[in-house]
Amino acid sequence: MTKMKVEVLDRRQFVVASGAGAAAIIAGFSSAANATPEKAAEWIKKLTNGAKATEGKIKVDLPEIAENGNTVPIKVSVESPMTADNYVKAVHLIAEGNPAPELCSFYFTPMSGKANAATRVRLARTQKVIGIAVMSDGKVYMSQTQVKVTIGGCGG
Amino acid sequence: MKNVKSKRGWKLTSIALGSTLMVGAMAIEVIAKDWGSHEVDGRRSGYTYMTDETRAVQDDNFENPGMLWVENGEALWSKAGANGKSCASCHADPEKDMKGVMPAYPKFDKRTGKMISLEQMVNRELVEKMGEKAEKFDSKKMLSLMTYIGNISKGMPVNVKIDGPAKPFFEKGKAFYYQRRGQLDLACSNCHEDNPGKQIRANTLSEGQINGFPTYRLKWQKPGSVHRRFRGCNKNVRAKPYKAGSDEYVNLELFVKWHGRGLPVETPAVRN
Amino acid sequence: MAKARVKAPKKAKAGDIVTIKTLITHKMESGRRKNKKTGEVIPRHIIDKFTAKFNGETFFSSDWHGAISANPYMSFSFKASKSGEFEFIWHDEKGEITSKKSKLVVA
Repeated sequence: MTKMKVEVLDRRQFVVASGAGAAAIIAGFSSAANATPEKAAEWIKKLTNGAKATEGKIKVDLPEIAENGNTVPIKVSVESPMTADNYVKAVHLIAEGNPAPELCSFYFTPMSGKANAATRVRLARTQKVIGIAVMSDGKVYMSQTQVKVTIGGCGG
Repeated sequence: MKNVKSKRGWKLTSIALGSTLMVGAMAIEVIAKDWGSHEVDGRRSGYTYMTDETRAVQDDNFENPGMLWVENGEALWSKAGANGKSCASCHADPEKDMKGVMPAYPKFDKRTGKMISLEQMVNRELVEKMGEKAEKFDSKKMLSLMTYIGNISKGMPVNVKIDGPAKPFFEKGKAFYYQRRGQLDLACSNCHEDNPGKQIRANTLSEGQINGFPTYRLKWQKPGSVHRRFRGCNKNVRAKPYKAGSDEYVNLELFVKWHGRGLPVETPAVRN
Repeated sequence: MAKARVKAPKKAKAGDIVTIKTLITHKMESGRRKNKKTGEVIPRHIIDKFTAKFNGETFFSSDWHGAISANPYMSFSFKASKSGEFEFIWHDEKGEITSKKSKLVVA
């Protein structure tokens, strides 16, 4: 029985780490225990100096269903001419449902040519990923992408 | 009429049998994807059970993180051991000398009179020829050498010998595969032969083929050996796992490899 | 020592926008995992900054947090204008730096 518990813990290390109790570990999806939309909102405020974000321009690609939350491919692109006086300065990616919402920030320059980037991230559970684009003129755009994160049947 | 569950990203082809298959206004569709070399006589590589996103990571040499280990293995090849000899001292042209090695292991070993896995063969060489110590199956060094050797045979069909002196060991591996075990009372075959393509909780069961090992698992966030995977499977059915390199697992490896005969080596494959 | 792989083009035409892909070995220990045997938290140890330069000038950079997967992958774009040298730099929290260079010829 002890062995079994170790397996479960292993698969849900994020839940464990977020300080959720044993009950939440068994329940798995007891979302309130580690939801962090407030922390995410705080982080976004810090990144954008409280500027108002408009929906659009930025596109965040995630698999509809992530096969494993440990390694989820993520791709971002922002519409912009990327010229010296009109370019994307930064893109911030935020995971609302992670124990710590910060994923990463990309900083572009006109030399980038395109405001495109891709990486792989850890997502603790099914959630919304927020993309924030900060333009050279100070305007801020945002997007929200839903991603399903599967809890594996085969821990192995 | 087959009602096959559709998976996102698969090409769907309508059955061309006319209106008998029309249910209301809905056409019943089956998956008819051509998996190319990843399917041989109905046997399908784990590659075909992954999502498009995961397959894309495997297919691109610069996105596939397992290639970091391949490159490390390549560097280790010419690194001298304690007695001054390296792998390259005997196998100077690994791209040629090691071609076809991965698809053929485990092999019957005359010296011990039983099967020997490729990791065990690498260890024998490290200890006896290079004066090094034996590596664990999932050490960085072993995984680097294994992914490198495997990658050299990428695309070659898996082809193990199961007759002659290997026969009794093949039979033992086969018996293991069909033996129910653990608190869940499941044999390998119950998942991987009877139910591939179906869901086990949120995962799609594969045929449990091992043509891509060492495999970079998204879960592990690093490559791992076949025996590590066997241990995981055994733990999942709540059976006591055997040790990496145990006779039980080497024999099982022989059987499972034969089970996927003809499938291409994909080392380092990327799986969930 | 972390080991890096970079795919950057060797040749390009002026005005081409090229894609660069990078990989590096690193556990990216988030500080949120526990040692299964002892129950102790494994201390955080991550690469926190990646920088891509061309002829010494930074054209792309990224801040990484604990949620970047182990053995980090990153791809991004670059607009070719003249010949020169790329430099890619990974900075880890403990101050260890890994860098890789690659030349570009613009015809």
